[in-house]
Amino acid sequence: MWNYTEKVIEHFIHPRNVGEIENPDGVGEVGSLACGDMLRLSFKLDDEGRIVDARFKTFGCASAIASSSALTEIIRGKTLEEAERITNRDIAEYLGGLPEEKMHCSVMGREALEAAIANYRGEGAETRTLEGTVVCKCYGVTDEQIRKVARENRLTTVEEVTNYTKAGGGCGLCHERIQEILDEIRNGKTAPTTPAQVAQEKKAKGLALTNIEKIHIIEQLISERIRPALRQDGGDIDLLDVDQNVVYVRLKGACENCPSANYTMRQFIEKEIQREVSPSIRVEEVRA
Amino acid sequence: MKAIYLDNNATTRVAPEVIDAMLPFLREMWGNPSSMHTFGGQVGRHIERAREQVALTLGAAGPDEIVFTSCGTESDNAAIMSALAAAPDKKRIVTTKVEHPAVLNLARHLEGRGMDVVYLPVDSQGRLDLDALRDSIDDQTALVSVMWANNETGVVFPIEEIAAICSDRGVVLHTDAVQTIGKLPCDLRETPVAYLSMSGHKIHAPKGIGALYIRRGTKFSPMIIGGHQERGRRAGTENAASIVGLGKACELAMAHWKEDCRQMAALRDRLEKGLIDSIPRVHIHGDTGHRLPNTTNLGFESVEGEAILLLLNEHNICASSGSACASGSLDPSHVMIAMGVPFERAHGSIRFSLSRYNTEDDVDAVLTHMPGIIKRLRELSPVA
Repeated sequence: MWNYTEKVIEHFIHPRNVGEIENPDGVGEVGSLACGDMLRLSFKLDDEGRIVDARFKTFGCASAIASSSALTEIIRGKTLEEAERITNRDIAEYLGGLPEEKMHCSVMGREALEAAIANYRGEGAETRTLEGTVVCKCYGVTDEQIRKVARENRLTTVEEVTNYTKAGGGCGLCHERIQEILDEIRNGKTAPTTPAQVAQEKKAKGLALTNIEKIHIIEQLISERIRPALRQDGGDIDLLDVDQNVVYVRLKGACENCPSANYTMRQFIEKEIQREVSPSIRVEEVRA
Repeated sequence: MKAIYLDNNATTRVAPEVIDAMLPFLREMWGNPSSMHTFGGQVGRHIERAREQVALTLGAAGPDEIVFTSCGTESDNAAIMSALAAAPDKKRIVTTKVEHPAVLNLARHLEGRGMDVVYLPVDSQGRLDLDALRDSIDDQTALVSVMWANNETGVVFPIEEIAAICSDRGVVLHTDAVQTIGKLPCDLRETPVAYLSMSGHKIHAPKGIGALYIRRGTKFSPMIIGGHQERGRRAGTENAASIVGLGKACELAMAHWKEDCRQMAALRDRLEKGLIDSIPRVHIHGDTGHRLPNTTNLGFESVEGEAILLLLNEHNICASSGSACASGSLDPSHVMIAMGVPFERAHGSIRFSLSRYNTEDDVDAVLTHMPGIIKRLRELSPVA
């Protein structure tokens, strides 16, 4: 049996927001019965453009159902711009992690959200049209999907790509092409696909970052490295603001009243951000 | 809460009588059966008694045809490698698409080293095409390896007919009978099988013990080289307690198999009928006319197998699935694929496999909870 977190099991046994919204503002459907998982996501916006309701229907395993449930909880109350920044890692982290082999369930959630937003904007039908050329014929995964997921999740092996996208999990004939795509990414031959990647590339070239680029990198750092480390000790962190070279954060959970909070702030959080953004960055804690 | 265990094709409970038989060999009689002194020698006599019990169960000509191994996989590997060693000039193996990985993955491994492997297809009921088997055997064929009964569907292959075809063509036959012993009558005096594999933990003996039947006159090359144990056919100090346990398990199987099978079949049919009557869009996978008495494999449309298993587990009901998500692979079970089961049904397949210890209460618990589980998952499904 898979080593699922309690939160995955909780969302699987008691999924939130099951169903379909009547007259939704956006609907997205990804996956297929043949592939073994399929997700249909619909959302409704309020007058201020925030997602006031999100519902799902999923055919799939426990982690597919839990990822769908988590996704609807995460996006409720967010603007579409905020929802767009949600990655599959956010979904997995919300659930306290997923087995590596099940990460494709979180990717399916992110893709359904993209499809639903695209549908709202009139950019596509509710069933997503895939961009790029199909690489994995068994599971219908394109090169653009592989590039995007590989970059966002820093995947380096074909096995990891299979865990996150299913590409390569069938007959195996596409393994060579997947490796080529990974090599292209490693050698910097492909264009970055997210704002954070654009910013990181700019930084690598020694160019100054704008404030919004700094924010993207810091958000990514918090999401991928800092928050998971703090959560291991029962803590958490929220990014509140970035003003020039000052980053304002709020420590939560066990970190909030921890005697070592200042040490964690200076020796871990600040140093991580300084290393990736700029040595002149200062991190300030804002207390509730 | 009591576990309702319906996954007996995966492993079985060790019978209390088997434990009782084994305990002296863990407590007092721990001598090395190869020792010259009485303390060890007495253990050897019990091992030979167990060999006779296994031989009797299989209908072997004598205990000298039985070699104790560590498991069914070792038995399968030893048989196939031995048959190839006996015919070094031959380059073909004939097997099926639905074998256990112990045979299938070894065949693929050998294919990568230059062997020509024929994987025989099955039809939508999981039945083997005997004409295809006949046609696939040529002068280059070193071995035919065909399971007696399938572990996922319980479909039984006509081993007597297969053996007759192999015998006509002068090719040795190995059969993986891991699922068959104790569930079907077995008399190898009547069936010209050269090698037969069996496993202890499928018949209420412990894990870590198996046996390989090698027909008298069949050439054999040992895989494990060392001491002279098992008449030089498998080196290594004998797992005495487990061997004695396997012997006892065989004795119990022999004594009770008719009653066990009648009871398991009745419970299986009650379970199957109850599920089909109470849940729409359910399909039985496999040839219902030629199945093990303890196995049913059901496909539930529009839901996924791992999700069913986990919800069953919430009620302490243990079963198994051919779903991809339950196994860590991305494709559903190779058996479902070989049978051409539609993907959406294969992903939603569940196997219930019973033993002599199952009761009507166990079946009723499944019948109580399963309709609600399927209804609940179908309410979640976008394609229900």
